[in-house]
Amino acid sequence: MKTIYLDNNATTQVALEVLEAMLPYFHDLYGNPSSMHSFGGQVGRKIREARESAAALIGAAPDEVIFTSCGTESDNAAIRSALLTQPEKRHIVTSRVEHPAIKALCAHLAEQGYRVTELPVDGEGRLDMEQYKRSLTPDTAIVSLMWANNETGVIFPIEAAAQLARARGILFHTDAVQAVGKIPIDMSKSAVSMLSISGHKLHAPKGVGVLYVRKGTRFSPFLIGGHQERSRRGGTENTPGIIGLGKACELAAQHMETENTKVKALRDRLENELLTRVPNSRVNGDRVNRLPNTSNISFEFVEGEGILLMMDEYGICASSGSACTSGSLQPSHVLRAMGVPFTMAHGSIRFSLSIYNTDEEVDFVIDKLPPIIETLRSMSPYWRTGERACGTA
Amino acid sequence: MWEYTDKVKDHFLHPRNVGEVEDADAVAEVGSIACGDALKLSFKLDENKRIKEVKFQTFGCASAIATSSALTEMVKGMTLEEAEKITNQDIANYLGGLPQEKMHCSVMGREALEKAIDVYKGRAPKTVEGNIVCDCFGVTDIEIERAIRENNLATLEDVTNFTKAGGGCGNCHGAIQEIIDRVRAELSGKPAAKPKLSNIQKIRMIEETIEREIRPALKHDGGNIELIDVVGNRVLVATRGACASCQASNQTLKHFVEAKLKELVWPELTVEEVSQ
Repeated sequence: MKTIYLDNNATTQVALEVLEAMLPYFHDLYGNPSSMHSFGGQVGRKIREARESAAALIGAAPDEVIFTSCGTESDNAAIRSALLTQPEKRHIVTSRVEHPAIKALCAHLAEQGYRVTELPVDGEGRLDMEQYKRSLTPDTAIVSLMWANNETGVIFPIEAAAQLARARGILFHTDAVQAVGKIPIDMSKSAVSMLSISGHKLHAPKGVGVLYVRKGTRFSPFLIGGHQERSRRGGTENTPGIIGLGKACELAAQHMETENTKVKALRDRLENELLTRVPNSRVNGDRVNRLPNTSNISFEFVEGEGILLMMDEYGICASSGSACTSGSLQPSHVLRAMGVPFTMAHGSIRFSLSIYNTDEEVDFVIDKLPPIIETLRSMSPYWRTGERACGTA
Repeated sequence: MWEYTDKVKDHFLHPRNVGEVEDADAVAEVGSIACGDALKLSFKLDENKRIKEVKFQTFGCASAIATSSALTEMVKGMTLEEAEKITNQDIANYLGGLPQEKMHCSVMGREALEKAIDVYKGRAPKTVEGNIVCDCFGVTDIEIERAIRENNLATLEDVTNFTKAGGGCGNCHGAIQEIIDRVRAELSGKPAAKPKLSNIQKIRMIEETIEREIRPALKHDGGNIELIDVVGNRVLVATRGACASCQASNQTLKHFVEAKLKELVWPELTVEEVSQ
């Protein structure tokens, strides 16, 4: 059975070019980039190139790039550094819809006595900038807001938010794991202090990430050890992973246009067709300020896990914000923060596309999914009564 | 991804007996859309008082649909007395087992069956008895106790997996733990033993109890508490946040903090406030 992979916000396929770039560095060129001999030194050179590619993708200088093990490490390193370098400041501003890498960390820090402001979002997943402004205080050590939401694709006005923070002397971090490679990001014209990237979201392998730290930002390392990454992140480099990430960043820069034309067109067609063919369905999140690859659709009165498993029978891969799939017993915190009603939240499906998806795949999904929803609704005790009660279309 | 057995997948992809029995002898509904799953069960008896026709409608995940389907297959042809004896474990076994986190689906099946039988017999449904412990999912102490007894549950996580209780905001974790401790003690036939504690053990238990039972309640009112030291039977604490400036904090310390710690750690202790 062919796999139709529409779950690229969970992880992406490693690009063939990336794989080829990495392969020599497992077995043949295994030297330590820190070694004095040329056998290791040649690996060091490749890491330098990778750093340049990663920096170029986000308009940064190479020495502003720290390679890490993943997006979560980058997020943790950023927040903890901000707190350690400004011990007198005890306040963190973030949002209710952040990835667990930020959300759980902030909850943990709140336990330790830090004050955390979690900004709410509106029904479309948007921030209230006036409320954001009011949340910034002289005690605020750092703001951490995601560039784009992993579940809905909704894009926050990060540049505007970062400028407001900088004007008040507050550090600004953004988890840009979902945004990098999909929308233009230019740190040379930005007020962002720190930014997290995850390799496996942009066709590099799992186990490698980046923390961008603006020149002049005081930084306290998260992993303390050797002199690697100019002593800002100890530990022998994940050389194949870093070299793969470098290649992936090069490719992402080349494919940015495709993301915003071809991928966006595929996403829009998938979304519009599903909304037309399935009654009582709707899009979650701001449809204008949104990543070009993401669509989060709720199918009312059915439960997401059932939809996913039935799609799985056809080889279609997606995600759901339903309780049964969220790992807890409640629907996704993002949809709850947006006030999506329960009848909708449990039946939410996230489709996230990539440059590798095709028209035929979209055709297949819009053909197979509507009958699945119909089957599940025919089993649901709420379907007919709900239709009467709500009368929605 | 959940590891479902082939039988679960089969009952999910090809559910048996979907729908509503016409002119049913009894109809019962459990769960709600807010909770994420709900099951409506209807049946009709034949002239020998055996279940002749039974149908379900389920809103929920794959295992909820599969357990509903399995339940209808299991009870067909049974008398109500036979059907009443079915436990949630029987339903899970019929399907070749369920992932631990999905056991609540089998409990929902059993509850729906029981409620339908109660409806038929004109009895008040058992599930509405008792006091709600978990507000998020509307689970009562009786339901929790029953799940512990029938499935020999030992931890909070078990109880959440089987009943959903405690799977939301987490405010009820302390209350659930108390039920577990009480029922486990009863099951083992003796009151929970309270061995003599070393100071390290005392500190650890106090910390745990504060974290689990006390801090959430104080935080609710914007307060907090910190353990400073343990000297013999004296537990020295400092109040934080709203508690530190609250007139009633002495009362809270005596009647809530000390009472809880006496109950759960060791009965001879006293709680004293120190400024720090």
